[in-house]
Amino acid sequence: MRRLETDVLVIGGGSTGAGVLRDAAMRGFRALLVERGDLATGTTGRFHGLLHSGGRYVVKDPKAARECIHENLVLRRIAADCIEDTGGLFVTTPIDDPAYADRFVEACRETGVPCEEIPVAEALRREPRINPRISRAFVVPDAAIDSWKTVWATVRSAREHGGEALPYHEVVGLLTRDGRVEGALVRDHRGGEDLEIRARFTINAAGAWAGRIARMAGCEVAVIPGKGIMIAMNHRLVQTVVNRCDMPADGDILVPIRTVSVIGTTDVRVADPDDWEISPHEVQQMLDAGENLVPGFREARALRVWGGVRPLYQETKAEDTRDVTRAHTLLDHRARDAVEGFLTITGGKFCTYRQMAEETVDAMCAQLGETRPCRTAEEPLPDSQEARFYRLEARVESREATLLDDQLICECEMIPRRALVEAIRRRRTTDLDDIRRTLRLGMGPCQGGFCMYRATGILHGTLDVDAARADRSLLEFLQERWKGVHPVLYGDQLRQARLDDWIFQGLLDVEHLPGADVAPAAAGTAR
Amino acid sequence: MNDAVVVGAGVAGLAAAIHLARAGMRVRVLAKGVGATHLAGATVDVLGYAPALVGSPTEALPGFVARHPDHPYAHLGPDAVVEAVRWFRELVADLGYAGDPDRNLLLPTALGVPRPTALAPATMAGGDLAAAGPLLVVGIRALKDLHPRLLAENLRLAGFEARAVEVDLEGLPADLQSVALARRLEDAEVRKAFLRSLEGEAREGERVLVPAVLGLEAWSAVWEELQDALGAPVVEVPTLPPSVAGVRLARTLRAALREAGGRLWMGAEAFGAEASGDRVEAILTRTGGRVVRHEARWFVLATGGVAAGGVAADARGAFRETVLGLPLRWVPADGPAFLPRYLDEHPASRVGVAVDGEMRPLGPDGAPALDNVVAAGAVIGGAEPWREKSGEGISVATAHRAARTVLGEAGG
Repeated sequence: MRRLETDVLVIGGGSTGAGVLRDAAMRGFRALLVERGDLATGTTGRFHGLLHSGGRYVVKDPKAARECIHENLVLRRIAADCIEDTGGLFVTTPIDDPAYADRFVEACRETGVPCEEIPVAEALRREPRINPRISRAFVVPDAAIDSWKTVWATVRSAREHGGEALPYHEVVGLLTRDGRVEGALVRDHRGGEDLEIRARFTINAAGAWAGRIARMAGCEVAVIPGKGIMIAMNHRLVQTVVNRCDMPADGDILVPIRTVSVIGTTDVRVADPDDWEISPHEVQQMLDAGENLVPGFREARALRVWGGVRPLYQETKAEDTRDVTRAHTLLDHRARDAVEGFLTITGGKFCTYRQMAEETVDAMCAQLGETRPCRTAEEPLPDSQEARFYRLEARVESREATLLDDQLICECEMIPRRALVEAIRRRRTTDLDDIRRTLRLGMGPCQGGFCMYRATGILHGTLDVDAARADRSLLEFLQERWKGVHPVLYGDQLRQARLDDWIFQGLLDVEHLPGADVAPAAAGTAR
Repeated sequence: MNDAVVVGAGVAGLAAAIHLARAGMRVRVLAKGVGATHLAGATVDVLGYAPALVGSPTEALPGFVARHPDHPYAHLGPDAVVEAVRWFRELVADLGYAGDPDRNLLLPTALGVPRPTALAPATMAGGDLAAAGPLLVVGIRALKDLHPRLLAENLRLAGFEARAVEVDLEGLPADLQSVALARRLEDAEVRKAFLRSLEGEAREGERVLVPAVLGLEAWSAVWEELQDALGAPVVEVPTLPPSVAGVRLARTLRAALREAGGRLWMGAEAFGAEASGDRVEAILTRTGGRVVRHEARWFVLATGGVAAGGVAADARGAFRETVLGLPLRWVPADGPAFLPRYLDEHPASRVGVAVDGEMRPLGPDGAPALDNVVAAGAVIGGAEPWREKSGEGISVATAHRAARTVLGEAGG
């Protein structure tokens, strides 16, 4: 067992944990983050990519709405490279309560969410595919945000300030003594030595899994996992975020992000954040919701479905998880449970991750009796210093630079060979799913049909691994891609999947590779 | 009026059309595009796994059809399958197809898996792993669709002696797909560069495996020149699509159709038909922006399965046959169409048209649905071609039988 020492130990590598790591490091603390999987693979990497204006919550949850618009403006400043400034629309569709729109306008005014009504004809001119039977339309400052990019940039910034993040390191126990948390015992899932990490302060940012961590310190924390599913459609059916102008409901948001548009979401309470399924009924529900926003939605090509579990904190019991506040909760375990050196931050939303981190580190400073001001809202993240929003054309621009002297390995996502080799070397991983999250490998229309074999060959040639290991990487990636595809196989995507079968089974005969019997992971363990 | 209109220009459609045209029929083939043959490895798979590795399809077929009474092979009978495959071997003799349903060849895939198949073009058949001896796998850097080290190492894991080398050909762009590279290799200068890069590489007794890119039209000359210069047998390995060997096969079949007097309409996507009673009067295509009626006495439905577009499913999971709206079988009644484990047998994987022994599509009552329609190829359900390694065998044998049905009845 290896021993490490740090000022602040952060548990959880989602947006909140990454935010806490950066905040603490920028305030001069030695900070270390541990995450049981890869960074941003819990709830953070599994949402629709909407940078909320707050409009969604103005009537139902004004506190959450105020937090959203505040942080929306901050993130536009510090994380521009992660944001595509699509703008947003709230539209009253035929199934929405027509009286809601006036309440919406009033609530936007009260919460400070900018909102401007435009004529229906203008909304239809901007978004010709949306339901022509809408009766009102409002413009709000929604945007699309890339959660992986945001978390990595946040961690990179933390590293620049001396912080460190250890992915694939799972907390198996907390070190406690005399009513005080003094760090954690950590298992390295990639085969390294186990760690004993001693820390002056431990912050539980495990999101939907926060109850498990808190229990290790003897604290009862009730986090309700609320499952939501999303479906990525192969095209940008809209160029603006389109929301239904009504109380929050299932399938009321369509987000254009990168080359796809994402319809979401549902809200179903689940018992275990690691064990849940996507039902055919939920898929049909999302397609119906899409049809209401964009007539003909079912004729479009669905690429993939996935789900995430929101961490919804509740001291008392709640049955419908949507009624639980989306605002976040910071638990002071000293006051609440007489446990020193330990805070839990949970609930909240991706959009407010920075603010959650700020409040958490403020509370820690107070307990430590130190005054160190937060600077995360002022200093931009790496790659965002020039305050230029991401644009869809950027990937074509970057490809043009290497057009003649490099190979395109993943045509759908325009990934050149050199970028792939560099990512494999830097991450030193045989898990093609890690590379997928780094470069978006295999995330386009063919879902890896063409790039998987190539990437496997390149992985085998780049790292010093034997063919059996490379074969396993291919088979595991095939299984991982299939997981999000099989519940939405119809139309052209079904044809695509059969073409992929043709390649893998017909041409390459992968089913007769040694070790071809890869078990599917539970839906909850990877997107 | 046409004697027969064939819908689809894959192996099944073209094989049926050639058979009919050679018998003197006036035949028109309707094709949406170049056909799925351009994607295929160009081997003729008859039966590779059942589910254990099949050494001899001829010997395995009787037991296989007994266990799978719904399989297209069961409607044809084992002898007819073998006969049709041999007939096809003669049909594509220009490509030097070797092998026989009596014994499967074992050819390495681009991943280095030994894969069973009954027939292979001359440039591939020499890779049969039943023959002893070491292998040298050559990759060309500009082609990202064959990774020689992985191929060779997997062959070693499977017990064969193999090593790899990757060469970089000067003057080539960084990124060339297979068909473009095949065209380049028809240029003598590029071949010289290729040979220079391989100088001294091949050792005594080695067979040299290369990606299947040795020329499109002039493949024979390219292949022989390489063998002569290297003093070793040279073997092509199919790459990811587009498949050079598949393009050669499709071209050979199209040429045979032309020679027999048949005509091919490209860019003619069939989307429906006109019928009167139990007879189809005409197939409708959208061609150049207008609707064209194609009348005939007989129609051969060779539109392929889900991958080729002959069978489709909508967002509610309803499957349909896309041209004639024929009833489909093997559609999962309830429950999911696809299972969570990729390599499991999926409930919807056998969906297709049901046929009788004459390849007539069946209606819901089990009787032939239409008087003048036969089916061929992957539109016929009841099989798992990729898993069984039976795709071309099914295409060829059902096409052969379908054509004979047309000839027998049309002539009699």
